[in-house]
Amino acid sequence: MTTGISGRRQWPLPKQAVPGAPLLAVEDLSVRFRMPGGPSVKAVDGVSFGLDDGEALGIAGESGCGKTTTALSLVQLLPGNGRISAGSVKLFGIDLVPKTERQLARYRWREISIVFQGAMNALNPVRRIGEQIAEPIEVRLGQAREASRKRAGELLELVGIPRQRATAYPHELSGGMRQRAMIAMALACDPAIVIGDEPTTALDVMVQAQILKLLEQLRRDLGLSLILITHDLSVIAETCDRTMVMYAGRVAEEGPVRRVFTAPRHPYTAKLLSSFPNIRADRRTLGIIPGQPPDLRTPPPGCRFAPRCSEAMPQCTTEVPPEVRFADGVRVACHLFPPGTPGSLPGTPGRAAGAPRALAGGVS
Amino acid sequence: MSSRYVVNKLAFAVFTIVATVLLMFILFRMMPGSPDRATKNPNMTQAQQAALREKWGLDKPLFPDQLVSYVGATVTGDLGYSYKYRAQPVTEVIGGALWPTVLLLGLGELIAMVLGLALGAVSGWRRGSPVDRLGNGISLVLYAMPYFVIGMPLIMLFATALHLLPTSGMSTPGAPSDLLTTLGDVGAHLILPLTAVSLGLIGGYSILMRSSIIETRAEDYITTARAKGLRDRRILWTHAFPNALLPMVTWIAISFGYVIAGAITLEIVFNWPGIGTLTVEALDARDYPLLQGIFLLLAISVVVANLIADLVYGLLDPRVRA
Repeated sequence: MTTGISGRRQWPLPKQAVPGAPLLAVEDLSVRFRMPGGPSVKAVDGVSFGLDDGEALGIAGESGCGKTTTALSLVQLLPGNGRISAGSVKLFGIDLVPKTERQLARYRWREISIVFQGAMNALNPVRRIGEQIAEPIEVRLGQAREASRKRAGELLELVGIPRQRATAYPHELSGGMRQRAMIAMALACDPAIVIGDEPTTALDVMVQAQILKLLEQLRRDLGLSLILITHDLSVIAETCDRTMVMYAGRVAEEGPVRRVFTAPRHPYTAKLLSSFPNIRADRRTLGIIPGQPPDLRTPPPGCRFAPRCSEAMPQCTTEVPPEVRFADGVRVACHLFPPGTPGSLPGTPGRAAGAPRALAGGVS
Repeated sequence: MSSRYVVNKLAFAVFTIVATVLLMFILFRMMPGSPDRATKNPNMTQAQQAALREKWGLDKPLFPDQLVSYVGATVTGDLGYSYKYRAQPVTEVIGGALWPTVLLLGLGELIAMVLGLALGAVSGWRRGSPVDRLGNGISLVLYAMPYFVIGMPLIMLFATALHLLPTSGMSTPGAPSDLLTTLGDVGAHLILPLTAVSLGLIGGYSILMRSSIIETRAEDYITTARAKGLRDRRILWTHAFPNALLPMVTWIAISFGYVIAGAITLEIVFNWPGIGTLTVEALDARDYPLLQGIFLLLAISVVVANLIADLVYGLLDPRVRA
């Protein structure tokens, strides 16, 4: 594998980039939130994943499972009371976690940009969309105002908005158009990674399909590396190569979309899949998962899904299940699949042992 | 901005002023003391009194005759004659007091606005930091202090004790009247009251701007700006500040509307020959035509300031224009 990203990139990699390092490698990431008058909450707990150039990773899970927190912590856009308490986020092998705010600014948008949920609020209401798209080109890439305006127009055309609409204000566009403008903005600096944080959630189904089609097309044409956060598994099935299912701040299962969705190993993944309608399956009722995710102020010991799990065994409530990797590229953290299960890779260091874990994400 | 928006706002402003004029007509005729009583002079003959009443139109009924002539005169800019200022036209008396007030309070508002908005923006942006604690603390103290509480120590220190600046008034009597000397003289007289009015107004601007910035800081588009890797300062001044300014426009307008009303206490403390001082004098002398004129001016300035606010709001916020 070559370092970083393919030929479309216009400027050199950061100087500190490690040759041969994967595009993104997140290891053992933990995020804590300070709570007023109480113990801090570990919203993300020891999450590891990787992303290769041109790959699309879908992060799935219920609301409050730490998907968005994980994504925002990559470039440390957490709210004021949140901070990364452990782990590393290596982009081209450069660890972003110890960087200062000023140093991080260099990586934001130029390397990792974000398509936020609900573009109505994520776009500045009193500035024209063209200006907002041109701003990072002008400020971050140091291009002249005219050139950046022109580039903004091209980006708008790229996402299917006539460039004349550059002078429109966000409220003058439809929801789908705003989301397109947001995508154009995310592409402004030709970043190494684009994060989509529930990019289609606020849209109706038809527009949702159009936006997904656009993302897929951009991925194909530009070779984007994408992290897509959604609670909608069908979106991941359509757009992503790999998926990571999170539960209560931890990774339940991660692997190639096809493997995980057709043969889920973790009971949570299975439940999550059965709770989505499937047009081909002859099912009259949707599966439901009883109960609700645990209160992260007092997470259950052992497996966090154990209280809601139909397969729970006595050890599930006491021991944290180690992550086990399988030959088909899936890793799963469940006591049903202890180290040494047929098909698992030998010698996978388990999380419970406290050893650093192997990096998933197809680093070959 | 659509022309309908402008026309709507203009129509509303005109309506408000007309309503004020009518209300004042009623109000001043309900007050004790009237020109009528001045005519009840025992040394005057009945015929003389009747002639006077006829001359002033008091022999005709309030409605419609008196109202019509009142409104007609007001519209043509005839506000009557001052009792106190030896029958000078009210417009002239007010005109003479207007520019000292506009000079003092207009400048004061401008200084307070620029400093107060900047202070509030920085305080709110760095909420909880030492800058915020100091800035917000000072703002609260200043906001709580009436002008004379700020003004009197200033006079005591800089004028009475240190003899650096004049104590009161707007000019030194008997000073040479060439332009340069006059400007310098007025300038020296202006410093203390201007400082007092600026300090008095900064607090309000700063406190409101601070809370507006704090609210804006939590908006998603600020997170977007951070995600874009923009410098903190740029996010504050180009993304947060313009948005936080929107709710401030109304406050600025209201504040400017009261420029003419003047800080009555301030003008009295500094013996500044403006509208505030004039109002107190007119009240003392029961100079109703003059008071009526001052009230009309106040009403118009508040309405006009609000009209300007609405129009500026339309310019600043694209969502209002539609």
